[in-house]
Amino acid sequence: MRKPTSTFLGAGLLAAATVLSASLATAADGLEAIKQRGTLIVGVKADYRPFGFRDPSGAIIGLEPDLAADVAKRLGVKLELVPVVSSNRIEFLQQGKVDLLIATLSDKPERRRVVQAIDPQYYSDFVNVMLPKKAGITDWAQLKGKPLCATSGAWYNKDVARTYGAEIVAFDGSEKPLFALKQGNCLGYVYDQSMLQGKLLDADWKADYGLPLKGILDAPWMMAVALGNGALQGLLETTTKEWMKSGFIVEEEKKWGIEPTEYSKAMHEKYKNATN
Amino acid sequence: MDAVPNWFRGLYETTGYNFTVFYDPYDWDRYVNGLKTTLLLAVTTILASIVIGAVGALLQGGPSRFLRGLVNGFVVVFCNTPPLVQIFFFYFGLGTLLPATQTADGLRVPLLDNVQWAIVALALFAGAFNVEIFRSGIEAVPRTTVEAAESLGYTRLKAYLYVVLPLALRVCLPALNNNLINLLKTTTLAYAIAVPETLYAVKQIWSESQNVLEMMIVLLATYAVLVGVLVWLMHRWERALRIPGYSR
Repeated sequence: MRKPTSTFLGAGLLAAATVLSASLATAADGLEAIKQRGTLIVGVKADYRPFGFRDPSGAIIGLEPDLAADVAKRLGVKLELVPVVSSNRIEFLQQGKVDLLIATLSDKPERRRVVQAIDPQYYSDFVNVMLPKKAGITDWAQLKGKPLCATSGAWYNKDVARTYGAEIVAFDGSEKPLFALKQGNCLGYVYDQSMLQGKLLDADWKADYGLPLKGILDAPWMMAVALGNGALQGLLETTTKEWMKSGFIVEEEKKWGIEPTEYSKAMHEKYKNATN
Repeated sequence: MDAVPNWFRGLYETTGYNFTVFYDPYDWDRYVNGLKTTLLLAVTTILASIVIGAVGALLQGGPSRFLRGLVNGFVVVFCNTPPLVQIFFFYFGLGTLLPATQTADGLRVPLLDNVQWAIVALALFAGAFNVEIFRSGIEAVPRTTVEAAESLGYTRLKAYLYVVLPLALRVCLPALNNNLINLLKTTTLAYAIAVPETLYAVKQIWSESQNVLEMMIVLLATYAVLVGVLVWLMHRWERALRIPGYSR
């Protein structure tokens, strides 16, 4: 008579080995697994207009979902979008819950150590000031001595204050500076350009406010895949260069209602005539 | 006078303790301006709240039921709600409702800026507590003394000013001092509406230079010194007001 414990032990070990090899397979043999599965799983933002947000039916739409759709098309597979937030996006990638991250991820050295960044970076965010149209500001130098609402703790507040002589009025979070701006307690709101562009798509702000100044202090965003995923990385690098060559990203910016950034235009110029 | 900045720069290089406020002129300026704003807030709110307390206590004991109700309502509202909530309500809530002027370009200019709202909110908050503190002093004045003043022909107001208040003040001074010390520390709440006082300035410095521990130490030491000075002043005032034979 066979001992029941050894059967269970054997079955358990076998199950564990299968699960382990399956999850290892998802992370490491990225490109093969995607093609086998027939679906590309991409982590995108769902609360960051217009890069990734929800439409009235609840589907995730935006600039980055469009980029993800293009990658899926090139691979000949279906697309599945997984909503992520800043605090879990890298973990999702590391655990294999997503194959690819296109989620407004700023390029930072600590991040490059834990995920595989795709170069060249597909986008770059700038620092800009949302100003009332009536103020008639056309140059950064005109901000000297003027109060600018800001979010406390942003890395660029001190730079803006020192370089342009503006007086930073900092609040916690990004709700209160907008209240203070509406009330007239400051002239403008200095923040990430991409967030301000998203805000200006709202009817509330579109009428009276704008971004008349050119963006400064650029901070590139990167797409990311899990470490060790060489085949997928190579494919995405080629894809990014093709996007820049064809001006796809510049078109997407226009499609979603934002002014094409200096970075996108410059990358399009650079790759337009490149042969590789 | 480069000795102090150089010593702190040296401290950073050798031990890694980064007291940027002492060797970086930009941070030093921000910190000093923060101190000045804290002192401005403290002095104005202390004086305003003492006046509010004295006037409120006078009305509280008066004949008019309407005025008594008004003062009690004021005390209930401002004692029972948190000061930070009051500050937000005044700045973000009332600030939008009150009428505003306009600049030449047609941009809205609110009636009171954030420093002024902070002073209003804190003075009313501390004033409400002061009304109760003055009441405790006033009720300690013996009824017989008040009757004696009345029989000498003092009006209610004059009796309050010349007989009751001086005695009441001496009785409630320790409690009043406690409240004023709390008020000095409560001025830090103004950072939430971007008033550039000490906590706000130090917060900016540490979020840029990542020297949270060092700046926390500087902040705590600053307030310890400020409160110590206030306590010393208050004790001097207590001693100056002492009536020989009236208290211990």
